[in-house]
Amino acid sequence: MSTEQHVAPAEAQEPELFENPGTEEHRERLGDVDPRYAKANERLIALILAVSALASIGSIVAYVALPLEDLWSVRNSTLFLGLGLGIGMLGIGVAAIHWAKTLMSNVEYVEERHPQRSDDEPRAVAADMMKHGVEDSGIGRRPLLKGAALGAVALAPLPYVVPLVANLGGDWNVGAFRHTLWGETPEEYSGRLPDGSLGRRLARDPEDTPIRATDVTNGSVFHVIPHGLNEHEHFYEEKAKAVVLMVRLDPDLLHEPEEKADWSYNGIVAYSKICTHVGCPVALYEQQTHHLLCPCHQSTFDMTDQAKVVFGPAKRPLPQLPIAVDDEGYLVARADFDEPIGPSYWERLQ
Amino acid sequence: MTVSSSTPTARPSGEYRPSKAMGSTADLLDTRVGVAKAVKFIGRKIFPEHWSFLLGEIALWSFVVLILTGIFLTMFFDPSMAHTTYPEDAMPATHQGMEMSVAYESTVLMSWEVKGGLLMRQMHHWAALLFVAAIVVHMFRIFFTGAFRKPREINWLVGFTLLILSLLAGFSGYSLPDDVLSGNGLRIADGVAKSIPIIGSYVSYGLFGGEFPGEHIIPRLFTVHILLIPAAIVALVTVHLILMVVHKHTQYPGVGRTDNNVVGYPAFPVYAAKMAGFFLIVFGFIALMGATMSINNVWNYGPYDPSPVSAGAQPDWYMLFLEGALRLMPGWEVVIAGYTLSLNILIPGVIVPGLLFTFLAVYPFLEAAATKDQREHHVLDRPRNVPVRTALGVAYLGAFGVTVLAGANDLIATHFELSINDITWFFRIAFFVLPVVLFIATKRICLGLQRRDRELALHGHETGRVVQLPDGAFMEVHKPLTDEERWLLVAHEAQRPIEVGPATDRRGVDRPGYRADRIRHRISRFFYEDRVEPVTPAELAAAAHHGHGPETDGHPEEPHEIHGGSMEVTRPEAAADEQVEQPPSGGSIATLARGEKG
Amino acid sequence: MKALAASRRSRFAPALLVLLALILTGAMYAAFAPQPAEAAAGDATEDVEAGQELFRTNCATCHGLNGEGTDVAPSLIGVGAASVDFQMATGRMPMRNNSPQAEAGPPQFDAEQISQVAAYVASLGPGPAIPSEEMVDPATGDPANGLALFRTNCAMCHNAVGAGGALSEGKHAPALWDSTPTEIYEAMLTGPQSMPVFNEANISPEGKRDVIAYLMEVREPTPGGVSLGSLGPVSEGLWVWIIGIGGLIGAAIWIGAKSS
Repeated sequence: MSTEQHVAPAEAQEPELFENPGTEEHRERLGDVDPRYAKANERLIALILAVSALASIGSIVAYVALPLEDLWSVRNSTLFLGLGLGIGMLGIGVAAIHWAKTLMSNVEYVEERHPQRSDDEPRAVAADMMKHGVEDSGIGRRPLLKGAALGAVALAPLPYVVPLVANLGGDWNVGAFRHTLWGETPEEYSGRLPDGSLGRRLARDPEDTPIRATDVTNGSVFHVIPHGLNEHEHFYEEKAKAVVLMVRLDPDLLHEPEEKADWSYNGIVAYSKICTHVGCPVALYEQQTHHLLCPCHQSTFDMTDQAKVVFGPAKRPLPQLPIAVDDEGYLVARADFDEPIGPSYWERLQ
Repeated sequence: MTVSSSTPTARPSGEYRPSKAMGSTADLLDTRVGVAKAVKFIGRKIFPEHWSFLLGEIALWSFVVLILTGIFLTMFFDPSMAHTTYPEDAMPATHQGMEMSVAYESTVLMSWEVKGGLLMRQMHHWAALLFVAAIVVHMFRIFFTGAFRKPREINWLVGFTLLILSLLAGFSGYSLPDDVLSGNGLRIADGVAKSIPIIGSYVSYGLFGGEFPGEHIIPRLFTVHILLIPAAIVALVTVHLILMVVHKHTQYPGVGRTDNNVVGYPAFPVYAAKMAGFFLIVFGFIALMGATMSINNVWNYGPYDPSPVSAGAQPDWYMLFLEGALRLMPGWEVVIAGYTLSLNILIPGVIVPGLLFTFLAVYPFLEAAATKDQREHHVLDRPRNVPVRTALGVAYLGAFGVTVLAGANDLIATHFELSINDITWFFRIAFFVLPVVLFIATKRICLGLQRRDRELALHGHETGRVVQLPDGAFMEVHKPLTDEERWLLVAHEAQRPIEVGPATDRRGVDRPGYRADRIRHRISRFFYEDRVEPVTPAELAAAAHHGHGPETDGHPEEPHEIHGGSMEVTRPEAAADEQVEQPPSGGSIATLARGEKG
Repeated sequence: MKALAASRRSRFAPALLVLLALILTGAMYAAFAPQPAEAAAGDATEDVEAGQELFRTNCATCHGLNGEGTDVAPSLIGVGAASVDFQMATGRMPMRNNSPQAEAGPPQFDAEQISQVAAYVASLGPGPAIPSEEMVDPATGDPANGLALFRTNCAMCHNAVGAGGALSEGKHAPALWDSTPTEIYEAMLTGPQSMPVFNEANISPEGKRDVIAYLMEVREPTPGGVSLGSLGPVSEGLWVWIIGIGGLIGAAIWIGAKSS
């Protein structure tokens, strides 16, 4: 380096690297020098331990004395049981640490490290042992056994793993994702349409009371389930597919393709409430912008335009539920959704 | 009294004869299982002292608290999804007569009707959040100080696995109460499962034992949460600690500390006391948090039903990075031959986290490829002395931080009165831009700190006292460094990019391994090309000579910096920003040109 | 003279001048600004007339002379007294500034004035009426049913216990901690701004009362200690880092420090 020019030739050559100066001098603590400080620390530690003991006992007293009758008693019980446990534990901990820091010997020691690598001799012996073991096993001379053993060992866990995994899915009826309760029209939960067919009535969530078209005023949002859902055997599974959000808009604002003109009724539209992103309920309806916002990842759907996505990580619009009014004025579903609701999956379009 | 330089074993006194009760117990054990050997191994083992070595302990003791409080919870929690109705006379009033699952009911009853039940639930949840947080902090301490280097790469992988297990433990745990918040989290998990190509709908159906939500997921998660994951964690933590003891703990650079020793205090009594004490402090702290700070009040959300959802629907903090990634991703989905590929879920949910976690896991090996140094390392690095590693770590944390904050974008929007859409766009861009900015800034800061260290080593502390020399010049007095102070600044080694051998051998035949060598050379240059080397004794002597001694050195020397693979050194008289061009790549041999102007 | 000249060049002079100007302007405004019209309380017709006066002065600029609406504000025909009572009692109307939505604040009119404006607007066209005391009494509501209704219809915007939440483009559903039972009823009934309308056929009057009972119930302190805002896992995560990790690192530093 260029610094050589600055070094006077007569000077002794400096070593290449600095040398480690070696551990520092041990410094006495006050308590080591003057036993009064040590004694004071000892008393402090004893005091902290006493506080801890009292706290622990206090916790038991609180347990016995404080009943759980109302909100405030639950609050107090939690507080005092926890304070007692906490201070009881903390106290011993603080005392132990303080003891270690002030009273225990603080002389630093130096211990040698040995390399992780074993010395050559044990390595040679180990290698030798392995070699002898392999030779003794005879596998080297019997390649047929090697292949056979591997094959059998690979297959052996299957009788355990296959039943475990295969049974997890029950009947594996993944096709069930495609159908919701809206496609089922039992008499007691359905209404008659002008063409004579039955349609599942729309009902309020969670009361399960059918909804009249006249109930739905401009600016309203109704959370909808198929009527009769509350009596269904698989309530949660069916609800998880069938929940619907229904709003009434000014019909002039609605953009509908020709073929879906009869899917709405006088500005009342109904869409699946399960987000097409990953399945949260899309429920934040903004009355003025007519946008439907999902609270989980902020996918935003435009209710005036076939619930298409206007922001966020969802790609597909919400499936629309075709609705009409039956002969008693109740809103009914004409048919099930025309595609699987909710998040996409590989064979969705099949 | 000086530091003892020999290991503090028992004083040599001949054969040990037990005499009292403790002695006879010891004798009983030793004659049956030979415990004396174990005591000899560990009894006075030396561990170095530093507060940052306690971060892993926070995680360890939090785990113990999780087990203990968890046992309490299992006594009162019933993981069944069977339907039930909440008692009319039980608290809270908002639940009376409500339909719910048994799992949810047992959780709420445990909180309101079992003395200490709410305390234990809250302690358990706080401990879980603390557990993961402590693992992350501990892991990054290991990262920034280079404690993952040989021989500790295996322990790094063990720790990495523990991190993943802790995330799974948390997720499976907070889903158990079957409330609306965690239930929507399960719904999202179901959506992510469905998005897996080809097998997605089967994975979903298999996980839930049918259509979502089914009746199996809570009991299955219960088994995972109290049996499978804790068993794996206990096993791996044991391995983790055994390796730490076998390797001996790393130590920070300092006087007397080398790669061949460990300086500190003995296990018994000092570390036994400190570890036991810290355990109790962590326990007590968690108890105080559980007693005074509400967490996961599931009755506010109500029992799971697929219809309701709450504003502020987020998972626990350690899953926010996934949540944020999902929120930031634009809606990309492609249809290939009639089959749907949900890139908007796969990329943020599987691919990006997969890449980021893999990078973290293999990092020790990546960095090892950059140097030919095969020695064991037991002295830690100061982060400034490894600028590229530190910068990579900070950049990584930046990307992670962006996704975590993105997961809370709706809360940021309400609290700071911003538009959630703007926040989302900001984070979308920041995810890519911020890590680059942080990398550059951190690297520059580290190099700057190293230059400052060189200044300090060469010239000592500035005292602010100015003296006038006989010839009229003004000089600032510098206080020379003590040996201890200087050692800290010069103890580290200079790392240089590894050289590449020739492309062909003497006869013109392509040399095998040349390609691999070139890749290693590139990685090595990325890590070590820009560097500031530590002061050598020769430089110190020169500085003393040049400036009439460190006390009266008036003008700073140009720091000796090296840029580029060849050893061009900027000389003091040279312009400050003169840099040498890197020789054209193509396998040139970079030589160490000491004493030459290259 | 020198002192005056010197003080003119003082670096505080500009600040002092601005202060004086502000005081002067404020005083002039206080002296000359028009007072809001005050009408004596009278019978219904008088109320409507008084309300019309107030309306013309304070609301007509945006909502039109006869409440028919303009480009900047919707028509008030048919919104009913409940709407007016809600918007004015929560201080949202008259709208103070240009923001994504009208923000709540201190009411700008007293109760009498509000009821007069409400009476006037109600006269423009039939609309929802202000609910009676009995209709909004939480003591007669069922908080369990209230939870069921609230979490299906309201929690997604307002948060599970009414701590507020974000909407798109800078709008938000406010926290409900300080809302009165009447305001809650009126908001459900009239659907202010982004909030949808929950008419009596959607959530019945009893249902609305149950929701009010629920919201009053959750204002009680949480049994587990401080509520941390009832904002969910994000705030819990924030506090575990600040208090938990922060505190325990503090303890670690203490443990690792050399004792004197």
